[in-house]
Amino acid sequence: MLRYATKRFLSLLISLAVASLVIFVVIEVAPGDPASFMLGLNAQPETLAALRSELGLDQSRPERYLEWVSGMLQGDFGTSYTYRTPVTEMIGDRLWVSVPLALYALALSILVAFPAGIFAASRRGQAGDVGVMGATQLGVAVPNFWFAMILVLIFSINLRWFSAGGFVGWDKGLFAGLHALTLPAIALALPQAAILARVMRSALLDVLDEDFMRTARAKGLTARQALWRHGLRNALIPVLTIIGLQFSFLLAGSIIIEQVFYLPGLGRLVFQSISARDLIVVESVVMLLVFSVILVNFLVDLAYGAVDPRLRART
Amino acid sequence: MNRNLLLGAALTSIFLLAALISFVWTPYDYAGLDIANKLRGPSLAHPMGTDHFGRDILSMIMVGARTSIAVALVAVGIGMGAGVPLGLWAAARRGSLVDEVIMRGNDLVFAFPAIVIAILITAVFGAGAINAIIAIGIFNIPVFARITRGAALSLWQREFILAARVAGKSAARISAEHILPNVANLLIVQGTIQFSLGILAEAGLSYVGLGAQPPLPSWGRMLADAQTMVSIAPHMALMPGFAIILTVLGLNLMGDGLRDLLDPRLRVART
Repeated sequence: MLRYATKRFLSLLISLAVASLVIFVVIEVAPGDPASFMLGLNAQPETLAALRSELGLDQSRPERYLEWVSGMLQGDFGTSYTYRTPVTEMIGDRLWVSVPLALYALALSILVAFPAGIFAASRRGQAGDVGVMGATQLGVAVPNFWFAMILVLIFSINLRWFSAGGFVGWDKGLFAGLHALTLPAIALALPQAAILARVMRSALLDVLDEDFMRTARAKGLTARQALWRHGLRNALIPVLTIIGLQFSFLLAGSIIIEQVFYLPGLGRLVFQSISARDLIVVESVVMLLVFSVILVNFLVDLAYGAVDPRLRART
Repeated sequence: MNRNLLLGAALTSIFLLAALISFVWTPYDYAGLDIANKLRGPSLAHPMGTDHFGRDILSMIMVGARTSIAVALVAVGIGMGAGVPLGLWAAARRGSLVDEVIMRGNDLVFAFPAIVIAILITAVFGAGAINAIIAIGIFNIPVFARITRGAALSLWQREFILAARVAGKSAARISAEHILPNVANLLIVQGTIQFSLGILAEAGLSYVGLGAQPPLPSWGRMLADAQTMVSIAPHMALMPGFAIILTVLGLNLMGDGLRDLLDPRLRVART
């Protein structure tokens, strides 16, 4: 297990190094000098030079890359071009919206998908199964930002149960915060729940055909007991993998959903930064998003190795 | 016949047809403003109503279908064009350094969701439909590479490939002449799925302003316009939304139907 984990960890480091290099190079290609953009057309050459050195733009590209990476390793993402505040602080504030939103949505999607998938699998081919599968087919096809708008129309504008957008902040209490994130989380969870329910169903159906399930039935367990005691546990392995892989879609989705609800999360930060040409913020947020995807995949790999000893032996 | 396939093909053809017809005819000029008739609900004159500038929503949806289909189709082309050869190459050199590099490269691209690629491209080059195509296309590459490699690997173990090798064919020729035709079915099914994902992704990207730019209508942009109007003119949000849902649903059903049709073993296993 240690060898397997070491190998995975090394590949994690390489992935992060290459990803950061790609992001840095792409942003470097961007036309225009951030310093002259900040100071405008009539800037004095001396002021420009001073700002360029303050921002570290007078260094060579390899130097700037190394400085960016080593800064990030110490939790320092540099200084925003437009706001002149540390990027780490800006991102930190936004994470308090984006991460809870993603987790809330993940929890909701599991809460819906697991029962739906189990229900469909236990009624394979019957009306209940067909109904659930039809619903998931629809769930996958609905764009979540459109669903979000419909939720606002129904629950905010007509029923007035939730506010149509904005975030009150966690200092107003846990309930107020969760209340504000409920509609966005439901919208974000819908396609995830549909996919997860389908995976849950097919994983269970695969397991139901296994010999050990027949043995369990032969021992005298009812179909339901066998499903709960043996089926579910074995079906969870592929389901957990998909949850891990879906994480990147959840993050990507939250960037868009934040726009619908005017939530001050990472997504809004990145769009504001694009229009302000605050490239260092864009660079850092993108790196953070990619880092989280790579990290989650690494953790899924590790969990895999822990669950399935054959994988460890193979490497 | 397969019910999923028929229903899916019917839904998909409606929008394909609408996109094609829009080149020669739309009920109104999609960009024509008619402020006197703004925000009208569906009527005989405007079957899907008008938007906040009085533009005919049906006409915009027809032209928008063009944008969605073009973006998603080209993105699938990019994904297949780069991904399939890479997957074939990796499988032909399985276990070698080439294989390892291709697969790790795949993992890396996988870590960049389409929207993140689009954000990067837009930050550097500005927004536009082309950027959406590139972003979704890049995202598609590892999908096709992975599926091609997976299927090709098992084919390389088969006797008919061994026979071809004994006959002295090169790995490249075997890949092109024997492996590719045998993974084609799989690629068609995956292509349909990526097509539908592409439509969704394009809508999302143009909704947040990273895709098609005005005046070019796109379903995502129409929804962005509709957002502030949703309380007074819900049809502005409903119509483009239905267009996206029905197209994606149609493509997904078609993908499922094709898979059942092309791989009869699954038909038995699934029911």
